[in-house]
Amino acid sequence: MLGYIVRRIFATIPVVTVVAVLVFLLLRFTGGDPAAIIAGDSATTQQVAEIRVKLGLERPIVEQFVIWIGRIARGDFGESFFFKKTVAELIRDRLEPTAALAVCTILLAVSIAVPLGVVAAAWRGTWIDRLVMGFCVLGFSVPVFVIGYALIYFFAIELAWLPVQGYQRISEGFGGFLERLILPSVTLAVIYVALIARITRTSVLEVMGADHVRTARAKGLGAITILLRHVLRNAAVPIVTVIGLGVALLIGGVVVTESVYGIPGLGRLTVDAVLARDYPTVQAVILLFSVVYVMINLLVDLTYTFLDPRIRY
Amino acid sequence: MKSAFNRSVLAGSVILAVIFLIGLSAPFLGTRDPSEIDPISRNKRPGAVRVLTGADGQQRSTTYWMGTDSLGRDIYSRVLYGARVSMLVGISVALISIAAGLVIGLLAGYIRWLDGFVMRIMDGLMAVPAILLAIALVSLSTAGLRAVILAIVIPEVPRVVRLVRSVVLSIREEPYVEAAIALGARTVPLIVRHVLPNALAPLIVQATYVCASAIVIEAILSFLGVGIPPQTPTWGNIMAEGRSLFRVFPHNILFPGIFLAATVLAVNIMGDGLRDSLDPRLRNRL
Repeated sequence: MLGYIVRRIFATIPVVTVVAVLVFLLLRFTGGDPAAIIAGDSATTQQVAEIRVKLGLERPIVEQFVIWIGRIARGDFGESFFFKKTVAELIRDRLEPTAALAVCTILLAVSIAVPLGVVAAAWRGTWIDRLVMGFCVLGFSVPVFVIGYALIYFFAIELAWLPVQGYQRISEGFGGFLERLILPSVTLAVIYVALIARITRTSVLEVMGADHVRTARAKGLGAITILLRHVLRNAAVPIVTVIGLGVALLIGGVVVTESVYGIPGLGRLTVDAVLARDYPTVQAVILLFSVVYVMINLLVDLTYTFLDPRIRY
Repeated sequence: MKSAFNRSVLAGSVILAVIFLIGLSAPFLGTRDPSEIDPISRNKRPGAVRVLTGADGQQRSTTYWMGTDSLGRDIYSRVLYGARVSMLVGISVALISIAAGLVIGLLAGYIRWLDGFVMRIMDGLMAVPAILLAIALVSLSTAGLRAVILAIVIPEVPRVVRLVRSVVLSIREEPYVEAAIALGARTVPLIVRHVLPNALAPLIVQATYVCASAIVIEAILSFLGVGIPPQTPTWGNIMAEGRSLFRVFPHNILFPGIFLAATVLAVNIMGDGLRDSLDPRLRNRL
């Protein structure tokens, strides 16, 4: 098992390397002088020259990449000339809202979607099943910002139960923090719930038809025991896989949701940086999100060995 | 059971056909110039009527079925014309991604030394969340329809490549293909006669999903202000414009939102129906 874990960890290296090369090349694809682009419109010739030396632009491109990746490994993502800060500082400032939103959404989505999928599977073919599946198709189709505005309209404007927009740091009071996080999390959770509920239903149905479940039923075990001990445990691998893969959707959704709700997180930062053509920030954010996504899926793969001891690689 | 699936293909394609026709015949459906600015009819609510008295004393009335935006542009006209961009982006991204993915997937599946290299690049591309990659790619050039289509195609291609490659690899193991190779069949006819027919059903299904996702991503890019320039009416642009006054005039977001959701829903329903009726085995793969 240790061998598998080590091999799986090493397998992420080529993926992360390809992402790093893509992100590095992003700036080169713009067609202009990278130093001038990074420095922005208001930079002096001397500033541009300094950046040129720092990036090693006069050296071969492979060497430039090594210099760049070396700096990133030390946590130096360069400087944002638009925000007048180092990119690392910028990311640190924006991390909390995004992390809070993501964690809240995942918890919410999993705790709704898994029971929903189980219920749909248990009452397969009835109106309950059709209702859940209908919700899944709908949740998958209605774009996240449409859901966001619909929720704002009903719960924040018409009913005035929750604040319309904004974010409050957790250090400024937990109540306000949570209150402002409810609508964004629900918005973001919809597509995720649709995804997880669908897979849960399919994989629970598959396991429910298995021989060992029939045996458990024949032994006279209660429905709840069968569900928890015999069905869900065996259905867990595909569910956990899709939770991991769904993080890609979640990250995309974070960018949009933060814009809809005016949350000053990494998603909003991405959009602002693209609009300002602030490439060091764009590069850093994309690299960060992608690495997080790869790492989460690494963790998911590693949990397989615990969820299903039969899996041996 | 079978008829139920065909019903969803039918329902999806009927809705799509209607939206397609609406976009195509937008000029004849009582619309005005979608970018015509009219300062005296700014922020009208849906159903508002404007009566103009002409020089000849005749009264002419215009009804704003979906209201107007903060520049006095008619939302009804903008939403109808907006259908064109969504349809164009959805269909062209689907076609281009499938074509590119097919070529790269066939190459990766057939040429052994290329396989590892191509698939590592595809893995890397898939590690970047699609919307994020599209946002980064549109930032590289001046925003326009072509840049937006390209920026959406690139994140979609790896999924098609994987699909095609997996079909190629499984087909190669089939006894009848081995027999054909043993009989000296050349690669190109082999691909045309054995691989393509097997890849067709999953590719059609995949194309509908790519189309749905492309329509959503285009709307998101426009909504965030990094996509097609704001003077072109797209559903995302109309909604972006309506953001600031959303509390008072929600119709600017409501109507394009309904159209957008209905279109994506129709494409997805059609895709699910096609998946189930073309090849039941695909259920667990796509």
